Order: sequence, then C-alpha cells, then structure tokens
Amino acid sequence: MDLTLSPSEGEFRDEVRSWLQENHPGPEPEAGLDEVMSFRRDWQLKLHEAGWAGISWPKEYGGRGATMIEQAIFAAEATRQEAPAPANVLGLAMGGPVVIAHGSDEQKARYLEPILTGEEIWCQGFSEPESGSDLASLKTRAVKDGDEWVVTGQKVWTTFAQYAKWCMLVARTDPDAPKHQGLTYFLMDMEQDAVQTRPLVQITGEGEFNEVFFEEARVPDANVVGGVGNGWAVAITTLMNERAGLAFGAISQIQNSLGRLSKLARETPSNGGTAAEDPYFRQRIAQLHIEVETMRLNAYRGLTKTMQSGIPGPEGSLGKWQWADINQDLTELALEIEGAYSMLARGSEHAVAGGAWQYGFLRSRANSIEGGTTDILKNIIAERVLGLPRLR
Amino acid sequence: MYFDLNDEQQAIKSTAHDFLGARFKSERIREIAASESGFDEAGWTEMAELGWAGLALPEEWGGQGLGAVELAILFEEMGYALAPSPLLSNTIAGLALAAGGSDEQKERWLRPLAEGSLRGTPALIDADGPAEPMKFSMEPGDVLTGTKTLVLDAGSADFFLVATADGGRHLVEKGAEGVTVTAEESIDPTRRLFSVRFEGVRPEATLTGNGEDYHPVFHRACVALAAESTGLAQRALEMSVEYAKDRQQFGRPIGAYQAVSHRCAQMLLETENSRSAVYGAAWAADAEPESLPLAASTAKAYASDAGWRVPDAAIQVHGGIGFTWEHDLHFFLKRGRANAAMFGDAKWHREQVAEAVLAGETAPASA
Repeated sequence: MDLTLSPSEGEFRDEVRSWLQENHPGPEPEAGLDEVMSFRRDWQLKLHEAGWAGISWPKEYGGRGATMIEQAIFAAEATRQEAPAPANVLGLAMGGPVVIAHGSDEQKARYLEPILTGEEIWCQGFSEPESGSDLASLKTRAVKDGDEWVVTGQKVWTTFAQYAKWCMLVARTDPDAPKHQGLTYFLMDMEQDAVQTRPLVQITGEGEFNEVFFEEARVPDANVVGGVGNGWAVAITTLMNERAGLAFGAISQIQNSLGRLSKLARETPSNGGTAAEDPYFRQRIAQLHIEVETMRLNAYRGLTKTMQSGIPGPEGSLGKWQWADINQDLTELALEIEGAYSMLARGSEHAVAGGAWQYGFLRSRANSIEGGTTDILKNIIAERVLGLPRLR
Repeated sequence: MYFDLNDEQQAIKSTAHDFLGARFKSERIREIAASESGFDEAGWTEMAELGWAGLALPEEWGGQGLGAVELAILFEEMGYALAPSPLLSNTIAGLALAAGGSDEQKERWLRPLAEGSLRGTPALIDADGPAEPMKFSMEPGDVLTGTKTLVLDAGSADFFLVATADGGRHLVEKGAEGVTVTAEESIDPTRRLFSVRFEGVRPEATLTGNGEDYHPVFHRACVALAAESTGLAQRALEMSVEYAKDRQQFGRPIGAYQAVSHRCAQMLLETENSRSAVYGAAWAADAEPESLPLAASTAKAYASDAGWRVPDAAIQVHGGIGFTWEHDLHFFLKRGRANAAMFGDAKWHREQVAEAVLAGETAPASA
C-alpha cells in the first residue's frame, strides 16, 4: 500500500503545476456564453500547443499517452488552480476516445486533430424527451437512403449544441430488433438546416443545455462509428470514459468549494460568534470534509484497481453518487450559514458572495440527475456490484 | 501510487479470515458471550501462536514489527468474525509500552506481552472525569487513588496502564494491593467492560514517556477500532445481500425490490467509505505521521457511524428474524454501537476535524 506519488509521477505533477501557474489565463469573462466559449477556445489551443489537450489519448493520435494516475494528477491540479475548461470538453473526453476505440482509419485521420485544437466542437445526442434513464428506448430514427442516412427525431440536454460541428448521435436503425440491438452511433454534421437547436432554460434561469431537432437531417454512411447496430456498445464506451475522467477533477472542485465554505463560516455571525465557532456548523463542515476525504480515497482505490484490470468497474458509480450528495449538502449548508440572507440572489446588493451559493444550490440539484441519476446508480450497484436480482 | 493490499498484506488478511472464521462460529461466540469471564483462553493461545499479540510491536521486543496497515487488516477481520478477544486492549497496552517504556520496562513487560504470555489493558477514563479522550483527572504520585471505568477486558488482563492528569502512564498489576476490579454490564456481550478501583496503590513502574508520546498510540488505537467497525459493517452487508437474494415475498426475492436493494447499496457505500478512510489513516500512521491525527479522526468519525448503522440497516433488511436473539445480527449492532462510543465518538472526532480544517489545515493530499 502506497499513497505517495512515484518520483516520475511527482515530476509530472510539478510540471503540470508550474505550466498552469505560468499559463493560467485568469478568470473566465463574466459576459455571455459566446465570450466564454471564445475564451475557452483560446485556452484549449494553448493547452494543445503545449501537449496538454487529450492527455489520455495515445501519442500516435496526438495525445500525451498519460497513465491513469497522470490523468488524475492533471485533472486535480487544473481544478485546484481553477483553470478554465477547454472549449471542446466533450470531444476530448468522449468523442476522441470513441473514434480511437471504434473508428476507421479514415475517421481517425479526419476527426481527431480538430478535436484537439478545438477547431471543431462536439456535442452528445443521447437523451431524448421520452428516453432518460432508459436510454436504450430512444426513438430518433435513421433510415438508409443510398449511401446516406436520413435522421428524424429529438434530442435533449445537449450541452454546447449551439457551438457544435459534430454530434455523437445514437439513433434507431432497426425498429424491429430488440431495443439494445437496433441502435447505431453516427457522427452528425450539425451545420445543416435540418438540424435546429433551441436552448433549454433550467431552474437557474440559464440555458446551459439545448434541445436538438432533426427533420430529415442527412448523415453519410461513412459517418457510422463501430458498425450499424452496434450503437449501444459504442455509446457505453463514451459513458465509461466520462465517468473515469471526471472523478479527480470533481474532487478538487469540491475541495475548492469547501475552502470557500470555511471562509463563509468564518465571516458569518452565528450564535454570538461566527458560524465557524458554532458547534452545529463545525459538525456539519467536518462531516463534509470527512465525506470528501472518503470519496478521494475511494477514487484512489478504484484507480489502483482499474490500473490492474484495465477496465473501470461499476464501483465508479459509488463516486458519482457520493459526489452529487456532497455537492448538494455543501450548498445547502452554505445557505443555512447565510441564514435570512440566503433569500437574496445574484444581482442583489446585499446578496452574500454575490449570490454564488444561491446559484450553486440550484445548479447542484442537477448533480443527482445528470450523467446517471442517483437512483439508477443505486440499481447498478445493487445489480452489478452486489449481485442482487433485477426487478425488470 | 498503489492503494490496495500488497501480496504479503493479502496473505495476512486471508490467514486471519480463515482462522477467525473457523474458530468463531456463531455457537462459540455465544458460548463465550454467555460465560462467566467472557474470555476465550484457547482462542487467545492460538492468536498468540500466530504472532498477533505482538503484530505491530517492535521485533526487538518479540513483536512482528509490522505497521498500522497490517493492524487494520487484522482488526477488520476481527470485526468481520465478531471475535470476542482482548487483542485490541492488549495491542494498545503494547503500543503504549513501546512508545513510553524504558528498555528495562520493555524487557520486563513488553516482551511477554508481545509473546502473549502476559496481557495488559489501558485504564484511561476516570469515573469522576469527563470521559473524553486524552483527558485524565487522576492525580499522579507514588500511590494512585481513584476509579478508572470503561476499562476493556480488565477481567482477563494481568496488568493495567493507568493514565494520570499529567499524561503519564503507570503500570499496576491486577493483583496489587488496593486494586478492586468490578464488572460492568456492556451493551456489547462480545467485549467486557470493567471499573477498576485504585485505593492508595503503589505502581510497579511509571513509564518514562510523557503524555505526548501516547498520542500516536491513541490514534493507532482509533484506526484499529475503526477497522474493526468496518469489518462489522462488511459482514452485516454480506448477510443482508445473501438474505435479500434468498428471501421471497410477493413471489420474488426481496432484493429485487428497490426499497431493499437501494438500502443494500447504501450499506455498501458506507462500508467502502469506511474502509477507504481506515486504510488511508493506517497508511498515514506508517508513512506520513504528521497527517495521522486528522486521518485517524476522519476514519474513526466515519466508522463510528457506519459500524452500527450498517448492522442496523441489516436488521431492517432481515425484517422480523433480524430482531430475534437467535439471529446473530444484534451482536453486530451492539458491538458497532459500543465501538462508536469508544476512543472518542463521531462527534468528538468531527470536532477534531473541524479544528484542523477551519484553521486551514488540509487533508493529506497526494495529488
């Protein structure tokens, strides 16, 4: 058992740390999403030029071939320094790995480089209004027409669809096959009139996600990834990649939030002293630290296991579940510390911390829904880790 | 970076698992729990032969020279097996002797303790004191007077390490003049608690160490106990999963119902978190001692809760049968609940964490 970094891992961390310190572009613009995206495109190009974009990708495809522990170190360090996200986060974390794993040589030659540079943004077309947790029930149809497919249907919760060139689209190509077998994974060109996107306004008031409508949109047969009818298996690869890549950045992000929470507690009056002196808040804050620490250590145990076996196990579901719980508890506690002032939101003169915690409280409601609901994760754990029988 | 057991540690785990599973079948645990002394002499002898009495004690004094990680592995299995044994109290007494004893004192007391021929137990909590870790009210001096309570395994111990207000430790033999041992009724029938009255007792020895020397001992004890609670949770989880697969109601195994399966998932989450916190703290004890206090409090706070809540949830999964004396689950609940209150409860340890983090100290971060 050894929780220390090896000398080469330590060197890697130092290299990441100092590169980020020297090249950090400062905070993201507070203006609209267009400005943010342009800022993130510049940042991604800088990352790419220094070899920090797609670090998990094999070197032959323009990546760094980083080990899993190096990926963890990079994610933790970038989040710790509050570096911006790259513009093409979905292309880097999911699109590229899928093309590398399942794509043809022609597809690799065509798609990978513009993902790394951020020249082409990717989005993910999986969820539909009637297919959320039961993803395999999706209804968007693709019908063969010569050497093209004609796609009709609707996708939802599509992040960055308005900026995307390519959509990782899963559509039903064989309506008669069992639901997991009739699906195909396409790379859909978003720049056509038959594809329309509309922002989906969420409870925070923002339109972070989109609805995407396909009205006989066209996709060439050459844009099928992994073969017709194999869409489910290909899609699962992207979801696994999403989960494995997220954990360590997420932990650092919570550690940052906890630091801000402690500061809030030290600055907020409570019970004749500060909230940081109030035994009730001390217990709650300590419990959050304890939970984050167990999550961090679990992630390292999971990483060790994955490095031995080569495949991320279903145990990763525990971390995603715990992350959602912690993030929600943390923002709830912040509002409790603020007391009556917690009623005031962004834009209000007397809002505490500019209303950041009010926003965080609302945004974190999605944490137990996005990327696999906590309820579904519990099913996965019950069935695949504990071996309990399925009801369905 | 390799956060898992290595081959030798895996071997310790499977030896402990197999031995304890064979020795402590339910009937045997019940026999020991119901016996007058609550002490299993034959079991102790076998554990001593396996080298467990001195597992984490220096080789120089007859121990195995292993670390807190190995200790955590062993105690996790002790909890899993629900083993009734003075191994925990004896281990702590050994660690205290190793930390604060002179060479002469170690030769006389630590060596036989590590071999298993003498058993010691710490006598810490003053009956008239605050019952908080590392706070003692008994006056130091040539003779000791006062009552220590919640003393583990005093009935089967040969000597006590008595803590005094200055943080010192004094070695008193059980047979010494002025010592009276009275059994208390613990909620946990698998570990006996006692009060020990000292009436002008002259100690055999006063250890040369000072109060601070025993802090790492306390933190290691917390980790070992947290490991034991993790083992209790693991066993209760496994019993529940087996039962939920087997038990049929409304024409299906109850584990197919999400009300039951999600409860089991929660039990797994708490058990795995507890184990991670324990391994992290055990590793810190061996490799990064400056982060041990925070890591030990993290582990003990978490495992204090999980160690009884998981068995509690197990009783719910089992329904009526889980509430019977005949089923073993109540022993796990009771042991877990007693462990939760021992060596600082979750609230006390959370306060230690709050003190550290609100002052700006961070968790031991490797990346």
